Amino acid sequence: MDRETVEAGLTKFLKERTGHEPTFTALARLSGGAGRETWSFDADIGGEKLEGIFRCDPVAGVESSAARILEFQLLKAAMDAGAIVPEPLWDGDDTFPVKFFVMRRVPGETLGGRLIRGDQYSRARELIPGQLAASLARIHGISLARHPELGALLAPAEGESPALAEVRHYEQIFRESSPDPHPVFELAFRWLYQHMPNPDERVLVHGDYRLGNFLFGEDGVRGIIDWELAHWGDPMEDIGWLAVKSWRFGGRQPMAGVGSYEDFFRAYEAAGGAKVDPDRVRFWEIFGNLKWGVITITQTGNYLTGRNKTVEMAAIGRRTAETEWELLHLLEEADA
Amino acid sequence: MQDRPTLDELLEAVAGYLRDDVMANTSGRTNFHGRVAMNVVEMVRREIASIEDHYAREWDGLDHLLGVSPMPPHLGAVREGLLERNRQLSELIRGGDADSGDRRKEVMTHLRRTVHDKLKVSNPALANESLS
Repeated sequence: MDRETVEAGLTKFLKERTGHEPTFTALARLSGGAGRETWSFDADIGGEKLEGIFRCDPVAGVESSAARILEFQLLKAAMDAGAIVPEPLWDGDDTFPVKFFVMRRVPGETLGGRLIRGDQYSRARELIPGQLAASLARIHGISLARHPELGALLAPAEGESPALAEVRHYEQIFRESSPDPHPVFELAFRWLYQHMPNPDERVLVHGDYRLGNFLFGEDGVRGIIDWELAHWGDPMEDIGWLAVKSWRFGGRQPMAGVGSYEDFFRAYEAAGGAKVDPDRVRFWEIFGNLKWGVITITQTGNYLTGRNKTVEMAAIGRRTAETEWELLHLLEEADA
Repeated sequence: MQDRPTLDELLEAVAGYLRDDVMANTSGRTNFHGRVAMNVVEMVRREIASIEDHYAREWDGLDHLLGVSPMPPHLGAVREGLLERNRQLSELIRGGDADSGDRRKEVMTHLRRTVHDKLKVSNPALANESLS
């Protein structure tokens, strides 16, 4: 949407919600996030200043996933559960032709490399593993019974391993998008099928819980964002994904680049999370590295087919080797 | 034979331009893509310098796993041959050939070597880190 459309719609929407005509002192689209449009605004509303974020689907008529439609409800449930998230303010109505909602803006940044290397973030690096562990335990504690509105999120079939559908899905993408062979990925897929976990637990999984998807400041985590892949599944999935090598952004520690496994597991359990199963975490970490490896192939496919002819897209294809290297390391560890 | 500058010397000039002119005088998206482009040029320089060695080593490793086959004399044909042989290896892995025992160790050792060679071109910092 263009700026005028957003401003006109937001003016009407905020007036209906607050009873005051808002005056915008800032309104700009934020970069990044291929899935959704994110706009940041400052508004004076009846003498009060609101620093807000407006999130919307990019185009009307495109089929939206359940997690996208429910992003506002997810934030609300997470906030009620005590996780660190931006405050959701109002879910959208039919003001815009696309699904949208408004949340309070959290000051901070998201870039992984800045957290790992910034001098000003030394204290944040110490705090963040514990904060992420505690918030994750609270997210995993969100129950369907108390939040029936989240029943529309994807869930594994009764009795089926929550991992099986995911592994099959990425294997299918790999077979369809990679004309070239990748023997390391074959080893990894085979290992995953042979070690498929099937726990009884079904919790709310964030689905993209990693460095890059939370805002941070010098005091650590300020808001967990990007809920559009949330689903019901194995709590260990989020823990394993958080450990994936590419999400360490050069950090030496496994968890978000800044925390050890042991400390994270302890903090997660102490905050009310289920007992951590390190074997299942490793399963999901191996799957996570493989999944990111497959994504690098599909992304560079955008360059190869001409959909996105940027040098950035072209270069991603050469990052596949990093995931192969990490997978070999993890598989050797698992063999030992 | 072409006159100097050599391939490597020309690419060095392009990388230098991207670093000292483009990156030094731009910000935002152009600066970011300038950096990516410079990294790509440096990657290509490393690849040109090592491609024959890396092809030969990968071919040898696959000889060991799949049986000996003569390596074609032209680089383009080597790439096609390597793709075909890696397809064979992939099929074997999918069929359970590398599930356990010495065979698994041999396959892993070969893949470690070839992926490390890939990394030396695409991400030498990571390749060096993994040796220490």
